[in-house]
Order: sequence, then C-alpha cells, then structure tokens
Amino acid sequence: MDVQLQTLIQLIVIGLAWGSIYALIALGFVVIFKATDIFNFAQGEIMMVGAYIAFSQVTFLNIPYVPAFLITLGFIAILAAVVEILVIRPMVGEPVFSVIMVTLGLGNVLRGVVGLIWGFDEYTLPTPFPTNPLSLLGITIQYGHLTTILLTFILLIIFFFFFKYSNLGIAMRATAEDQEAAFLMGMGVKRIFTLSWIIAALVAAIAGVFLAGVSYLKPVMSFTGLRALPAVILGGMDSIPGAILGGLIIGVAENLAGFYLESYLGGGIQEIAAYAIVILIMMVRPYGLFGAREIERV
Amino acid sequence: MAVTRFCKRTYEQDLRIFQSPSAKIFLALLLLFLLTFPAFGGRYLCYVLSLCGIAVIGALGINVLTGYTGLVSMGHAAFFGIGAYSAAILSTRAGVPFWLCFLAGGSIPALAGLIVAIPSLRLKGLYIVVTTLAFQFITEHVIYHWESLTSGDKGIQLPHASLFGFSFDSHAKFYYLILLTALTAAIFTKNLAMTRTGRAFIAIRDRDVSAEIIGVSLTKYKIMAFTVSSFMAGLAGALFAFLNNLISPDHFTFALSIQYLAMIIVGGMGTVLGSIIGAFFMTLLPEILAAVTGPLSSAYPLLASRIGAVSTIVYGLIIILFLILEPAGIFGIWLRVKNYWKQWPFKY
Repeated sequence: MDVQLQTLIQLIVIGLAWGSIYALIALGFVVIFKATDIFNFAQGEIMMVGAYIAFSQVTFLNIPYVPAFLITLGFIAILAAVVEILVIRPMVGEPVFSVIMVTLGLGNVLRGVVGLIWGFDEYTLPTPFPTNPLSLLGITIQYGHLTTILLTFILLIIFFFFFKYSNLGIAMRATAEDQEAAFLMGMGVKRIFTLSWIIAALVAAIAGVFLAGVSYLKPVMSFTGLRALPAVILGGMDSIPGAILGGLIIGVAENLAGFYLESYLGGGIQEIAAYAIVILIMMVRPYGLFGAREIERV
Repeated sequence: MAVTRFCKRTYEQDLRIFQSPSAKIFLALLLLFLLTFPAFGGRYLCYVLSLCGIAVIGALGINVLTGYTGLVSMGHAAFFGIGAYSAAILSTRAGVPFWLCFLAGGSIPALAGLIVAIPSLRLKGLYIVVTTLAFQFITEHVIYHWESLTSGDKGIQLPHASLFGFSFDSHAKFYYLILLTALTAAIFTKNLAMTRTGRAFIAIRDRDVSAEIIGVSLTKYKIMAFTVSSFMAGLAGALFAFLNNLISPDHFTFALSIQYLAMIIVGGMGTVLGSIIGAFFMTLLPEILAAVTGPLSSAYPLLASRIGAVSTIVYGLIIILFLILEPAGIFGIWLRVKNYWKQWPFKY
C-alpha cells in the first residue's frame, strides 16, 4: 500500500482508539443527562479518580490488572452513589446553572483530593498488554488501543440492549422523559437517579483506566474529560448512539487535523480541533446528529 | 416610622438607589475608608485591593451577562485576556498612549463579544455554556500559539501607565484609578438594572419566549448583553495588564472563568452588591489560604508540593456548600440578617 494511504489509515485507527475513550466519557455525560437533565462537568475528574485507584492497586498493592479493574469499578460505583446522594440530590429542581456550578465545584474537590493523595507527578499504569504493537496489513495497532476499541464496541451493544429492552433501562428512559409521570407510575425516581450516576461513573472509570493505559497518568487528565464535550454536542445530548458516534468522529477528526493541518495552523491544533468543530455544529445544527429538538412551551 | 420603609408607595421610592439614610451613611464611610486606604495599607495590601477592584469590574461584567440576562458564559476569562493582550500589544508595539489602550482594551473584547453573541442567539442554557467554553479554549490556544502577536509563553511586559504626563508608577497611584473605574462600573450596573435595557435583560432571563412575545427584541438585547459584559471584562483585563506590568497566557485560563462565575454565585447572583462581595471574597480567599497553608507546608515539608491541592479542594467545597445551603449567596445571608434585625422583635 502506498505510504499516504497507509498514514491515513494509521491515523484513523489511532483516532478510533482515542475516539473510543471520548465516546466512553461522552456516554457518561449522556447517561446522566438523559436520566436527570443534569450536565455533569465532573465526569473527567471521576474518570481520573478511577484511573488513579486502578494505578494504586496495580503498583502498590500488587493486585493483578483484571481484579484491580473490577475492584476499581466497585469503588467508583460507591463513590458515585455517595456523591449523588450528598451533593446532587439536594440540587433537584434548582436552575441548570446552579447544578453545572455544583458539578464544577465537585470536579475541583475531586481533582484536589487526587493531587493531595497522589501528588502531581506523572505516573504510568502498567498494563498486561504486550508492548510490541500488532501489525496488520502494514498498519501497527497498539494492543491498548485495540482493546479500547473492542471494549467500547461491546459496551455500545450492551447499552443499546439495556436501554431498549431491559426493565431498568426503560424505567430510566421514562424518568428522563417525564419525571413526574414516572414517579406517579411507581418507579423509584431517586433510585434511578443514583443508578444513572453509578452507570455514568463506571463508564468514566473504564475510560480512565484505558486512557491511563495509552497515555500518562497525571492530574490534568481531567481536562481530557472536557475534550469529550464536543463529542456529546456532536452526537446530541440525549442520544447514546450519538455520543459514541460523536466520540469516534471527534477522535478521528482530531488526529487527522493534528497531522494534516499542523503545517498550516501551527502546533497544538489537535487540542482545539474539537472545539472548533463544536462552534461549527452550534451554528449549523445545535441539537447534534441525533439529538431531539427541544420544544419550549410558555 | 420604620414600617413605611417596607411599603413603596410611589414609583419614585422604588427607583431610589439608597432605600434608607443608613445606607447612604454606610456607603460614605466605606468610600472614606477606600480613599484613604493607601495611607495606612501598605504596598502589598494596596496591590491586593487593586486585584479586588479588577475582580469587581469583571464580576459586574459577568453579572450583566449571567445574572441579569441569564446567559451562562464560560468564556469570561477569554474576554478578560483579549482586553489585557490588546492593551499590552497596543502599548508595547504601537506606543499607543495609556488612555487609548484602556479604551481599546474594552472595545476590542466588546467586538469579540459581539461576534460570539451571534451564534449564541438561538442557543439556550447548556448550549451557550458549551459554545462559550469552546470559545474560551480556542482563545487560550490562540493567545498561546500566535507567537508573532502575543509572544506566547514569554508573555508581554508593559511600561507603567501614564495619563497626560502623570505616571502611575506605584501601586497606590494605580489603585485610585482602579477604584474610580470600579465605582463607575458599579454605578453603571446598578442603574442599568433600572433602565429599559436592564428590564429587557431580566425579562430574557426569566422567560425569554414571553419576552419576545411582548416585544423585547431578543437579538438586540442578547447582543447588547454580550457586548456590555465583554467591554467590562476587557477594561478589567487592561487594568490588570497595567497593574501587573507583565501578562502571560496562564493568567487567562478556564479556571479564571470559573472563578468569575463563582464570584457571582457566592456573592449573590443578579445583584450589584452581591457581585462586589463575591469579587472581594474570591480574590481574598487564595490570599487567606496561602497564609494558612504556608506555615502548614513549612511544618510538614512532605506536604509542600501537594499543598496547592488544598486550595483547590477548599475552592470547590465553597462553591458546593454555597449552592446547596445558600443559593442566594453572601448577599442573601446579609439580606436575611438585615431583615431579621429590621423587623425585630416581630417575626415578619
């Protein structure tokens, strides 16, 4: 294969891997937004906490990767439930702005706690994947990237079936659409809120562990969470397939922009390519690819 | 009689800024304190108070946009930065006199605000948050990477401000300029709420669809809100540039945007006095925290590199606690205390 095409496909593959991470974080945002109409700016920080907990277990407690992963998920689930009950539940009914600021404050607290406990140095998360990348048709894929893409795909399918066919998934969609009606129909709305936070936090933690696997572990990781915001906007804030698709597109677009536009627009274009896309979407199609149009009645 | 203070019987009474003589006396005393402060405050405290003054101007700006008009903007630090850099670049590259730099420092971000407002016209709530967030990050990026204009990482060094030959070469002298600007901004914002424009802003915040129906042009007033808010942020930025004599990209990050939002939340959203209190509180908080954690980090040297995290935690906790426990902010607490004592010994 000629070099140009090879480079392009290579970039797309790496883009898909990063896109999967963005997709997972975006999924967290969307799950909470769908169920509770709250936009959780602290997703990036929850992701970071998950990654650091996994790191501590593997490095300091010498627990092997897979059990450490599962224990991390358990811990994060408890953390999410506690946070939801202590911080978010009292904010039910408050204006959107207040809730956003509460989640921002929460993000600050989490980031500070991580900095306090683990310090601000850069760490590496040891993964059980072989370090030599897989070579397929002349394209090299890191094992970490490959696992990320595969797991995101599997999660997408699980979530699709969960929300479409399972009782709990349907209950969550019902609560998202009309809280009062769901309450009157006997669904435990409070429990559904907590559950949606737990699911979003779990997804974020998975994303965090993978992100730590493919890059480094440091407190500014949480800003990667903010890079997933464009994915949410692109896909539509209340659409799960939209979030995943949006994440993949943003990941690929970022990588392609970073490589091809670097000579024209200077270095670092990768970081803001996503935000430029946001502004474009906002002007053309604010509700995203799959988002539902909000109808306001006075 | 004390009772008639609560019932406003004429429009004139409603429009009055000072609802009682004690408010006027209090304000006069405060002004006296502020005017004579440099005499007994010392250099560092003058600097801190100047920072507070700049924060006041910025907080009043975001209050006009978010508190009065209800458009949550995460890009306030970007306008602040554009103002600071415009003033700095004009002053160092083009040798433009200070007063023109000052006005340009307000006008150029106002223009940027106008441009940002246009896509925001049909967006609401969360979508404006994300759009302004994107704008903030893009501006940060441009400031950092457009080296030929902004010298990127190295920052820009400014000469001292000078007005018609009078050079503001000490913190005390510049303090008076900032004080004057802050007072003007406060009076402007307070009066803005009572004009037709201000009432249009508040109508947009409360129910914009209804506002449009009764004839408030959303386009015109949203653009106006963005422009006024960015102008004030830019002025604050220009003053900041001349106060510090050195600006660099990490003065104008997303964290600063959040700080401004926190100022109006903690102080009391939508009120002028609330914004001022919030600005003072959030500017003095890092100083107090530094004073507290300083001895702590020298006592426990292991903690030293991580002690910065404590201020992040305290910061986040304050935002969370104020929003959960006292959504009306410090101003809300003040109003409650004041009303309690006004009505004592009656309950209501």
